[in-house]
Amino acid sequence: MLEVHHIFKTYEGKPLLKDISFKVDTGETICLLGASGSGKSTLLRIIAGLEDPDSGFVSFNGIDLTSTPPHLRDFGLVFQDYALFPHLNVRENVAFGLKMRRLPQDEITQRVANSLETVNLSGFENRQVTDLSGGEQQRVALARALATRPRLLMFDEPLGALDRTLREGLLNELRTILHQTNIPAIYVTHDQEEAFAIADRVLILHDGEIIREGTPADVWAHPEAAFVAEFLGLGNVIEGKVIEKTTKGEWKVESGFGVFVVHCNHKHSKGDNVHLLVRPLSAEQEPNIIWGIVTDVIFQQDRFKVTLDNGLYVYLPQAPKVEEKIEVRVKVECLI
Amino acid sequence: METGKQVNTNKNVVLSTGVPVYLSTSSRVLLWLLPLSFLLVAFFYPLSRILALTFDLKTFTSSNLFLAFRVLLFTFYQATLSTLLTLLLGLPSAYLFAHYNFRGKSLLRALTAVPFMLPTVVVAAGFSALLGPRGLIHHLFPLSSFPFIGTLWAILIAHVFYNTTIIIRVVGNALSSLDPKLEAAARSLGADSFHVWWNVILPLLRPSLLASSLLVFLFDFTSFGVILLLGGSQFATLELEIYLRVLKLPNLSLAALLSVIQLLCTLIISLIYSRVVSRSTVQTAPRSAESNIHKPKTLRERIFLISFALLLASFFLLPLSSLPIRSLFRLEADRGQRGEIQYGFTTDYYTELFVNRRGSVFYVPPIRATINSLAYAAATVLLSLLLGFPAALALAKPTHLEKILDPLIILPLGSSAVMLGLGFIISFGAWLTSPLLVPFAHTLVALPFVIRTLQPAIASIPQRLRQAASSLGASPVEVWKNIDLPILRRATLTAGIFAFTISLGEFGATLLISRPEYPTIPVAIERFLSQPGGLNYGQAMAMATILMLLTLVSILLIEKFRIPGSGEF
Repeated sequence: MLEVHHIFKTYEGKPLLKDISFKVDTGETICLLGASGSGKSTLLRIIAGLEDPDSGFVSFNGIDLTSTPPHLRDFGLVFQDYALFPHLNVRENVAFGLKMRRLPQDEITQRVANSLETVNLSGFENRQVTDLSGGEQQRVALARALATRPRLLMFDEPLGALDRTLREGLLNELRTILHQTNIPAIYVTHDQEEAFAIADRVLILHDGEIIREGTPADVWAHPEAAFVAEFLGLGNVIEGKVIEKTTKGEWKVESGFGVFVVHCNHKHSKGDNVHLLVRPLSAEQEPNIIWGIVTDVIFQQDRFKVTLDNGLYVYLPQAPKVEEKIEVRVKVECLI
Repeated sequence: METGKQVNTNKNVVLSTGVPVYLSTSSRVLLWLLPLSFLLVAFFYPLSRILALTFDLKTFTSSNLFLAFRVLLFTFYQATLSTLLTLLLGLPSAYLFAHYNFRGKSLLRALTAVPFMLPTVVVAAGFSALLGPRGLIHHLFPLSSFPFIGTLWAILIAHVFYNTTIIIRVVGNALSSLDPKLEAAARSLGADSFHVWWNVILPLLRPSLLASSLLVFLFDFTSFGVILLLGGSQFATLELEIYLRVLKLPNLSLAALLSVIQLLCTLIISLIYSRVVSRSTVQTAPRSAESNIHKPKTLRERIFLISFALLLASFFLLPLSSLPIRSLFRLEADRGQRGEIQYGFTTDYYTELFVNRRGSVFYVPPIRATINSLAYAAATVLLSLLLGFPAALALAKPTHLEKILDPLIILPLGSSAVMLGLGFIISFGAWLTSPLLVPFAHTLVALPFVIRTLQPAIASIPQRLRQAASSLGASPVEVWKNIDLPILRRATLTAGIFAFTISLGEFGATLLISRPEYPTIPVAIERFLSQPGGLNYGQAMAMATILMLLTLVSILLIEKFRIPGSGEF
């Protein structure tokens, strides 16, 4: 089990990571999700031992790794731009880590073949890595990391350089491989779809802090923070002011888009500024209504994304006319 | 990758469907007329005379062959030693510049590049002013006197001084363009520092190591001024022996034989070099935003950085600064000077340059050498631009014709300066009394540089610029005036300054063909240095200082006007 304890790191005088702590269990895949510059890659480098934290430490199975150099940590790393050794062919790339461990030749041959089979690249042994396509290169990089049978795998935006269809295919394979091998994994990405597809648990990093942690379903249902809702694209995030508590224990919140009644467990008092999440799906039994004049309608497979003149958007099953005035019942949630 | 390729082909299509840049076949022939006839007369005809002299049976005597073999061996020996020493200083420097950010980095880097452009006489005079028997160190610490000038060490160290910048540039660029993630990947796979270097970094650097070492070797192999002025005639390299066999112990057929051997060697080395370079297109991963340049962090890094930067700074600064200092201080008596002698600060060495003294080395005031040099340089600029422009124009859009002619244009670079001089002596002996030969020889050396500066500038003007301008309403004349001319003006200026600087500093060929009554600055310095007496030595220092300043100004101007990436080989 990997444990990260209270990591702090500044970069050029600015705090980059502020008190980061989390765990990764055996067989678990966690996803560090955050915008670029949120410090996720740096965190990976710290766990890999390529960079030192200002304070805090990383341990594995209870053993502090602070004084363990990167090459003895036995953590596999897969990069966005593959980082294959251009002077070595596919076989030599995959065998690199095994040679460093001074394994006997026949075992190296065996393991290289196995790893390449796992990533569906059998028969590619003698190809030059520079002749491969992006997807193939990333498979080689994955095989290279898998061959050493590391006790932790780390992925730094591994699919970022690939196009959409290739990305989906490789993502599925990756999930299968991770489940089969049972290797704990940390997956870094800025793409929420990717994160939700592969992770058992998602950690959202913002301004150097983990602001939300949970299973994909949980995070989706309860984003809690305004940034999370906005970053994940869960709906319209708007600002409002608390007016009063209703008799049913709900809150009335005034906003530029009307007065909404929200159910929430937070403690509020009159006059508080809050963020609201206006979910874009129409929901018949909800008490809250938004309205506006349609300015734009975009076809999206099974629904239409409708933008209103006040900036809000909703998804509707039928396309309204532009310039038409519409009213939609929607779910409104309270955020911090 | 795919899309990148497409964009490229598209661009080519646009370029080739655009207005043709000037040329029909007949106009190409016209363009080549002048530069080719010049090369024919000034290079290939003398070359053929040297070959004719060599392949005379009388040349191949056993004593000639034995001497040639001995000289060849020593040339290889000193060039190998010089290259190894250059690597010894250059590799850590390349690492320093590629990996660390520190205050004064760009200044230090520029400093290491200065010697490469300096005339050999200036460098020789600089080392003499610092470490020579009449130099500053000897004067300040008379007891710690050690022989330097006249030893192999002087030659080797001057070669290191000259060529370290090549290693820093070539290896340093390769080092800093390596993807730092490769190192991270290797480490995560279990490689320690040693294995990261041995299995990843060094294999990836091999082409650049090989290429830069070969280039350094080539320069050391053909070095002349440094060996003559700092070593002396006992260190007979091919180049020096040719010079001796022309001027001191005349044996022209032996000189011809040696220069053919020299030419063959440089051709072979150049061929290997260009093969290494063409193969060295190692595909490194796309450069990531993450860089491996950082400030020194640990104490060990700081100590390495500070001590090595100081070493570099003093190694490159001391000889260059000793020169002007020594030119302003009288440390010994002038020749025949008696009575009360004023030691210390003096401007005599400069004022004396204007005096035509009886019994001095020259028949004319030494300052005439400066005027001669400037005149020769001006003529070289005119001539090389006149010849270089049409050639560069044709080469900017090469056809089959240009692919054949291009190596011919560069060939004079492969033959050494002394060999050019020898060729002129054999071929144009009757005109040796005229000062006209000198600018012709200088043009031969400068022409490849001029063409290589102009050609990419002409080729780099994208057709789209011209099309954009004409779509905005510019007539063809206005396009030429507003697009081509401003871009080419800079390149022309750079090429001209290149030619000027080369002519000012040219030593080997000039030493052989210049008339005693028309000395150039480098020739005058050599003569002053070889004479006894404090006044002569001081005047050598003064003239070398003048030459150094002129060259430094030129370097600054070139750096100011140079279009990045042009004028390189």
